[in-house]
Amino acid sequence: MARKISMKQAINEALDLEMARDPLVICMGEDIVGGAGGQGEMDAWGGVLGVTKGLYAKHGDRLMDTPLSESAYIGAAIGAAACGYRPVAELMFIDFMGVCFDQIYNQAAKFKYMFGGKAETPVVIRAMVGAGFRAAAQHSQMLTPLFTHIPGLKVVCPSTPYDTKGLLIQSIRDNDPVIFCEHKNLYGFEGEVPEGSYAIPFGEANIVREGKHVTIVTYGLMVHRSLEAAAELAKEGIEAEIVDLRTLSPLDMDTVLDSVTKTGRLVCVDEASPRCSIAADISAQVVQQAFGALKAGIEMVTPPHVPVPFSPVLEDLYIPSGAQIATAVRKTLQGGHK
Amino acid sequence: MAGNPFPLNKGQLLEAYRTMKTIREFEERLHVDFGRGDIPGFVHLYAGEEASATGIMAHLGDGDRIASTHRGHGHCIAKGVDIVAMMKEIYGRKGGSCNGKGGSMHIADLSKGMMGANGILGAGAPLACGAALAAKLRKKGEVAITFVGDGASNQGTFLESLNLAAVWNLPTIFVVENNGYAESTSRDYGTAVDSYVDRAAGFGMPGVTVDGTDFFAVYEAAGEIIRRAREGGGPTLLECKMVRFHGHFEGDAQTYRGPGENEENRNNKDCLKKFSAEVAGSGVITIDELKAIDADVMLQIEHAVVEAKAAPFPTLADLTTDVYIKY
Repeated sequence: MARKISMKQAINEALDLEMARDPLVICMGEDIVGGAGGQGEMDAWGGVLGVTKGLYAKHGDRLMDTPLSESAYIGAAIGAAACGYRPVAELMFIDFMGVCFDQIYNQAAKFKYMFGGKAETPVVIRAMVGAGFRAAAQHSQMLTPLFTHIPGLKVVCPSTPYDTKGLLIQSIRDNDPVIFCEHKNLYGFEGEVPEGSYAIPFGEANIVREGKHVTIVTYGLMVHRSLEAAAELAKEGIEAEIVDLRTLSPLDMDTVLDSVTKTGRLVCVDEASPRCSIAADISAQVVQQAFGALKAGIEMVTPPHVPVPFSPVLEDLYIPSGAQIATAVRKTLQGGHK
Repeated sequence: MAGNPFPLNKGQLLEAYRTMKTIREFEERLHVDFGRGDIPGFVHLYAGEEASATGIMAHLGDGDRIASTHRGHGHCIAKGVDIVAMMKEIYGRKGGSCNGKGGSMHIADLSKGMMGANGILGAGAPLACGAALAAKLRKKGEVAITFVGDGASNQGTFLESLNLAAVWNLPTIFVVENNGYAESTSRDYGTAVDSYVDRAAGFGMPGVTVDGTDFFAVYEAAGEIIRRAREGGGPTLLECKMVRFHGHFEGDAQTYRGPGENEENRNNKDCLKKFSAEVAGSGVITIDELKAIDADVMLQIEHAVVEAKAAPFPTLADLTTDVYIKY
């Protein structure tokens, strides 16, 4: 397994393999072909950042450029899913959910339950998440908690190319609507990825680093910040265990609880805004289910409760850093109650 | 058939009448039962609008799909959804169309191509575009139809869907059921253009306006539009001008209406009365044949209510099924 590819290529491969495997898989989105109706190259863009480049040549009209009209085409993807297809719709930036959220949370998320189990909606909505791209307040948010709040949606946010490929394949095969969150600052991140097809089951967190002193629970880009922190802490003799949640709904609390039971200390790291966040949810569940195991108060590392700023200086201050995570870990190790 | 001036044969005419009458009596019974406090939640009645659902759905099969509105009982019945299951659903019982989990505003039966009534105005339009896309990809000549009221015709979802359907040349029909009121607010106050034909032109598709209280006008216009869509001719907007016999929802005092307006609607704009007069007047069908249907429909509705009231409520075990729960 020596081959290394980027997260962007991993997404492209997953789509390619699933489209080849299952004729019911179709893709739609703004500029995903990226040249429809023009005089030039048909797939000029292949997605705004080139993620779907080359797929049109292989799969033709099963990839569809859409008008800039998120409610209509996200809704159309959901409608086609309810009629037997397996659409993968690209929302481009998760921030655009505001103009099509009804179709996601009132329609797709509720069909199965509201119709008494008689409907399946196997749609995947791919979208870029996260800060660090100098893209400012409306193109940089980590809105994962808004989706995990809604019963009926599954929410995925991978941290590596390997997980990205396996989880996207699983998302396409899943019969529930899946919000697939791709951190734009990880698109160029490379890692080892098998060439063939494989699916990673939902609801299985990954322990990316073992340690005995403290548990760090996180996902997405923050996995990498946490690894940086752990490397620093190791120099001080502190061994942090890092749990990469990978899927936020379903959520693998068993792995989190096992780790906290072992270490007795918890730091939740989340790129989402702090209120009602994934970090707050994990903290609450650990307190409810493993209070006795805790040797110290839980720490949360999140951005401040402000919109994502534009200025590179401010944005770098906004995003949780390895140093902040390390500081939080040290705090849990000082003056514990046991 | 010699002497039949209608575009439907006698059997089809009787079936159309039965469908309209079933919708009418289903709704009038709900009006009474809701007033008694037997039915939980919100109920929006379709009485007065039957010719639209019936005239359009007469051209559809189970493989054709519709996305409905929160005034959806008529669309369900015309699309062939079982009225006993519907009644159980509206009563919140097990064995309802959605096992009691959807209610009046969310009745669906995908096996009949009925993609759901919808509590969100205009939300069905993108879904119907998706169904139409699926139909186009399947290449079996199926179509998808979305219904909106004149109120929901101003939703962005509806307007975006008109454009998407035109851009993708989808086999879909957008039916605006214009009953003159967006809830309590008059259509003319809330909609900037007088003509939906003009609005359709703005989206590069044909628009047709018909008298929605005239079954035959709806039937003939819909037949042409649906045939064109099946043949790859793309989307059309169809406006059915109609009247709503009841309020926006049950319990609505309707004080926004003018004096005598409801009586005028019942007396002179009743699609069932018009249909009966026309078919009986032609001699193709006798009054007695219509009365026989009336009697049978009343029995069917009574049976549905008895079954609904006898059906068990869902239990705690049902609360957490039909959705993945491990969060």
